[in-house]
Amino acid sequence: MQFMLLFSRQGKLRLQKWYVAHPDKAKKKITRELITTILARKPKMSSFLEWRDLKIVYKRYASLYFCCAIDQEDNELLTLEVIHRYVELLDKYFGSVCELDIIFNFEKAYFMLDELVVGGEVCETSKKNVLKAIAAQDLLQEHIP
Amino acid sequence: MALRKVKGNLERMFDKNLTDLVRGIRNNKDNEGKYIAQCMDEIKAELRQENFAVKANAVAKLTYLQMLGYDISWAGFNIVEVMSSSKFTYKRIGYLAASQCFHQDTEVVMLTTNMIRKDLNGQNMYDAGTALTGLACFISADLARDLANDVMTLLSSTKPYLRKKAVLLLYKVFLKFPEALRPAFPRLKEKLEDPDPGVQSAAVNVICELARKNPKNYLSLAPVFFKLMTSSTNNWMLIKIIKLFGALTPLEPRLGKKLIEPLTNLIHSTSAMSLLYECINTVIAVLISISSGMPNHNASIQLCVQKLRILIEDSDQNLKYLGLLAMGRILGPHPKAVQPHKDLVLACLDDKDESIRIRALDLLYGMVSKKTVMEIVRRLMTHMDRAEGTFYRDELLQKIIQICSQNNYQYITNFEWYISVLVELCRMESSQHGALIAAQLMDVAIRVGAVREFTVGQMALLLENAHLLLGPAAANSSIAEVLFAAAWICGEFAHLLPNARNTLEAIVRGRLWSVAGHIQAVIVHNLVKLFIRIVVTAEEEDDADMINEVTALLEERLATWSSSADLEVQERAVFALQLVCLVRDKRAAGLKLGPELALLTAGELNPVAPKAQKKVPVPDGLDLDAWMNAPPSESEGSGDEDLLSGGDLFFRSEEPPSPSVGRKNRKAQHISEEDIMQRRAARLQEQANNPYYMKTTSNRSSTRSSPKTSLANLNVDEIPMQAIELDVPLTIPGMTSLSKYEMVDGDGDNKKLRHKKSKKRSKRKNLALSSSEEEEAPAPLVINTDAEMPEGAIVSDDDDRDNRPLDDPHRALDIDLDSPLSPTEVLPVLHHREAPAAPKLKRSSKPASSTVDAAKSKTKKDKSRKSKKKEKNGDLLGSEQKEMALDIGASVTDSKPKPYANGVDGKKTHDDIEFWLSTSDPVEQPPEAEPENAPAAADATQKSKATKKSSKEPKKEKKSKETSKKVSKKSSRKSELNLPLVDGAPSSDLRTPEGVDRRDYEVANGHHASNATPDRHKLLAEDSAVAVSWRARPAADGLKQIRLSLSFSVSSQLSDSMTDIRLVRLHLPDTSSLALTRVNATSSDIDLERALLSPGAPVKKALTVEVQDATVPHKLRGALYYSLNGGSERVLPLKFEVSVLCCLSGAGASREAFSELVSSGALTARSAFTTSCPDISFEQLLRVLCGDGSFGVVERVQNTASLYAASLSGHHVCLLTKLKDSGGVCVDGKASDGTLLANALDVLRAALTAAP
Repeated sequence: MQFMLLFSRQGKLRLQKWYVAHPDKAKKKITRELITTILARKPKMSSFLEWRDLKIVYKRYASLYFCCAIDQEDNELLTLEVIHRYVELLDKYFGSVCELDIIFNFEKAYFMLDELVVGGEVCETSKKNVLKAIAAQDLLQEHIP
Repeated sequence: MALRKVKGNLERMFDKNLTDLVRGIRNNKDNEGKYIAQCMDEIKAELRQENFAVKANAVAKLTYLQMLGYDISWAGFNIVEVMSSSKFTYKRIGYLAASQCFHQDTEVVMLTTNMIRKDLNGQNMYDAGTALTGLACFISADLARDLANDVMTLLSSTKPYLRKKAVLLLYKVFLKFPEALRPAFPRLKEKLEDPDPGVQSAAVNVICELARKNPKNYLSLAPVFFKLMTSSTNNWMLIKIIKLFGALTPLEPRLGKKLIEPLTNLIHSTSAMSLLYECINTVIAVLISISSGMPNHNASIQLCVQKLRILIEDSDQNLKYLGLLAMGRILGPHPKAVQPHKDLVLACLDDKDESIRIRALDLLYGMVSKKTVMEIVRRLMTHMDRAEGTFYRDELLQKIIQICSQNNYQYITNFEWYISVLVELCRMESSQHGALIAAQLMDVAIRVGAVREFTVGQMALLLENAHLLLGPAAANSSIAEVLFAAAWICGEFAHLLPNARNTLEAIVRGRLWSVAGHIQAVIVHNLVKLFIRIVVTAEEEDDADMINEVTALLEERLATWSSSADLEVQERAVFALQLVCLVRDKRAAGLKLGPELALLTAGELNPVAPKAQKKVPVPDGLDLDAWMNAPPSESEGSGDEDLLSGGDLFFRSEEPPSPSVGRKNRKAQHISEEDIMQRRAARLQEQANNPYYMKTTSNRSSTRSSPKTSLANLNVDEIPMQAIELDVPLTIPGMTSLSKYEMVDGDGDNKKLRHKKSKKRSKRKNLALSSSEEEEAPAPLVINTDAEMPEGAIVSDDDDRDNRPLDDPHRALDIDLDSPLSPTEVLPVLHHREAPAAPKLKRSSKPASSTVDAAKSKTKKDKSRKSKKKEKNGDLLGSEQKEMALDIGASVTDSKPKPYANGVDGKKTHDDIEFWLSTSDPVEQPPEAEPENAPAAADATQKSKATKKSSKEPKKEKKSKETSKKVSKKSSRKSELNLPLVDGAPSSDLRTPEGVDRRDYEVANGHHASNATPDRHKLLAEDSAVAVSWRARPAADGLKQIRLSLSFSVSSQLSDSMTDIRLVRLHLPDTSSLALTRVNATSSDIDLERALLSPGAPVKKALTVEVQDATVPHKLRGALYYSLNGGSERVLPLKFEVSVLCCLSGAGASREAFSELVSSGALTARSAFTTSCPDISFEQLLRVLCGDGSFGVVERVQNTASLYAASLSGHHVCLLTKLKDSGGVCVDGKASDGTLLANALDVLRAALTAAP
């Protein structure tokens, strides 16, 4: 996976994670380009599009779009699974997650993603383990004044 | 202090926290910029405080602002500060900020090395975890190098959580620091068997990613992965493994055969779509790699196609899309399997999703046949009528043309129909592909003679109705390009026009001033051709009125064109006008110009291959680089460079694509008949002698009979050209009538009728065809696909060796993982930067020895697991090889070797995979079949073939006879291991390229390297009394040994020649990679027996040194002890730099073997350098390169030579060296091992630079 973006239906970026380094300018350009392309797509369309030499896999959950860029050889369906897994995790953690949860606790959303995906590769496939690790870290955080 | 803390906390209460910031931004939607600027100021103030809580809060806010697109790079240092906090809460925030805004080029990253190392080694698991995830985002080459060892340490952490993350991070480390791959790989491989499934899966992920980019290195892991695949139930991991196999199968078809069964089982059983999809993809890859000979081949394809059909029929758009995508992959190799599903694909054309429709179109391209092309195109055209959006419409148009024109119109049986289709396409709204249609029209008109008349008629109609094309919608479309083709076709084939005058008038009267310049130019030019045609026919019919009218018309209209702003149009119009005036004047004088005018347009056209122009060889004596005139002044230079560079030297790229048209025998001057004949004869003579000139061989009677045909026919046999020859005339009398397809005049009813008719026709045709065999269908049209090419030139695609971009980090990971590690290959370990001068070996020996010790003790303790562990010893322990060899012999007999254990010298690994693959289906592969299969296998097979010649046959026989495979495996393995290490029998390591005895080559090949180069000893060390020179060559008997010959002589600095010099001993301790063969194995000293050294009589000593890894340079330190006049011992330190060249031997490569080697694909590594050596002659250059016989000259042509060397380790190195006139030397190397090649080239380059 090359990067993951979360953005709202209004085109506002909510989260971005880059696993391949790009200069800030390029990141902004890519983000803008993808947001417009994806928002222009109709709901009945497939979740995949070819973009530059990458494949974009996106999925909409409520008002949020989750969008991943993967290599040509990567498995699109697997990427959808990753996205779904992430959404499930957020849901479990926040308790029926909504966009505002992610806006106000964006660092938690990042921590969660970091447990799930490291360096662009899936790290932990068990939801239980991820939540356990996050809970342990939260505990650690709260115990230190 | 306490007060300050309280104060800090108090202040903090008034700070905005992250939530406040987010809320604030949301509340200030109108003046967000201003609000954020204010926040930034606050943050800057907060960062200046010493309280970490405040700082962390500020950094968290910055991270949020960064996401909104604000630049926070200025805060890099503050982020590092927060990262270094000892409290997890803050550290976490710091790492998050770093992972979001740092990248490899961020300067502050350099400051983080020690901090991250501390975190990685910290007590708190989550500290290390956070550091690992953060590092994955911003790791730089420096960090990768410095921290690789720490990450490796975490691989053996007790916590799966850390092991897992460390494994994943390793991938990033490898990308940034490729040198880490080889030392780290064995550990990574161990992780494939980690008890924790998460770690296992992570290791699979990493290896899969690595293998996808450089599959050949990972072939030997296939058995491990196969076991994992058949045993694991984790779909995430299965997908990765299956993907990995997809990358491996192209390299090893036998692997594919083994995979088919488990994969089909998975396809049948799994319910996970992602897994199913991956399985299908890999099965397709397997099927592509196995060319034939699979019994249940068809069954697998059918299964895939069936499953894909289910996907495509699914209501989920995603599955539909992927199904079509995968179907497209099957289509290539197995079109027959997909074709029955045409209905499904056509149905997808109606899908709402454009991307699905485009996928379906891609599929259709491959699904057409002669039978179906008409129907498919008809459906596509109806789609085009309905299509919304120009993009999709254009896509459709392009696909229609692609479908029809593929393989030189392979599927077109009726060209009139195709022309009608093209004409119809012109009328589609706003097409971006006008040029494409135009090119097709011209192509068909030129190449399919039989349909020419029809085409000309259609084009004439098109020109008459040009206003329809040039409607208001045409402004932003390129459809006017069609007029280019129409005008050209009408002009060129004017004799076929039903009424040339009408056409001419239509053109002249049409509103064609608005079209692009290049189109107008062609129109004007073709008006001339039409005019000539009209004049010629009118004169024959004595129709003076006609000529006068046309002349008058043209005079009037051309005047307008001759004031065109476009230079080309203007020039042509003026020329045409003058010609018309000339005709008028001459005719007024009563002259008939018909025959002469006709000569202006005489001649036949032939297609020319698109690349023909580029392939015309430069004639002798023509130097294209030389200036024809004096070079222009500097200021003009830049513009000219564009013209000179690049391949567009001969043709303009904006012209319509292939085939360009070559014309000959066309004269633009108006000269007397006699003159013409004379010149033509002269020119034809010249052309006949010029093999590169395109000639006419059209033996069909040309409508334009011209006197030169007879001349040209004289040389017909030698002319390298092909005309379009049709065995069967295309116009089938009575079957195709113009009325059926004539569809230019846009009246709707007619069109519908036509569609119906064509439908009926195709149906009828289908019926007829289905009752008989396809082969019995009307005799196939022969459309000659060959276009003209210069003699000897081959239409070739340029190199497609490696299509990875040059900066792809994966290129660097193309590393041989099977060859053993040399002791110098360890991960860099902690060292202080203040002491950069510390010798490299010393630095790196620390971890090596510790690992070695650990491994050694294990070997002794744990006998049952020996076979695996001990090999690791072999990798690391060069000096103890002797002892080890015995160990292997012993252990093999009592312990069953694991099939996937790493090899001692790489060869064994190959044997393992060979063995594993060959045991897959002994029934299918009887021993006799082996030689046939072997050439297909990779380099490895070829390599080991010769080695195993002796052992293989009995092995195979045994296998087929005995049921116990283990026994044969054991015995064969044993014998192989014994060969090089214990027996000392000639090993295969120094094989010549083909495994033939080297001596044969030496006799046959005159260029033996050692003849060419003198036996030189290089001075190694010298003091006031003694000088030592040395030479290192591979040992002759083909072991992994080099022979060091030392020559001790009296130093030239010695003043008193009567001094009594006695050589006492040579102290040469073994290093970990170099081991001397000694008489007294316990001592590192070599007794020189107090030999007397006298002037002019040097003492020589030869030593044999075992080299562990011949691909890297080594150093050997020692000292010579001697005494002067019986006095006390003096020491002369010696330092041998054993370069890789010392392990290379250039003896024995014939030209045949060399070229075969180069073309075999076994030489995977490539490298090159250029350097400048001003005053070097080529002889000198070769002497430098061949050095001490390390390379042999295989072939030499002028200032270019091919050199060859075989390494001790059995690698081949081939060099191509060129000396350019400018003094530049270019050395291009290919080798079977990249490290070796790189090291060899380094030495050569240094030698060249040092050369006089």
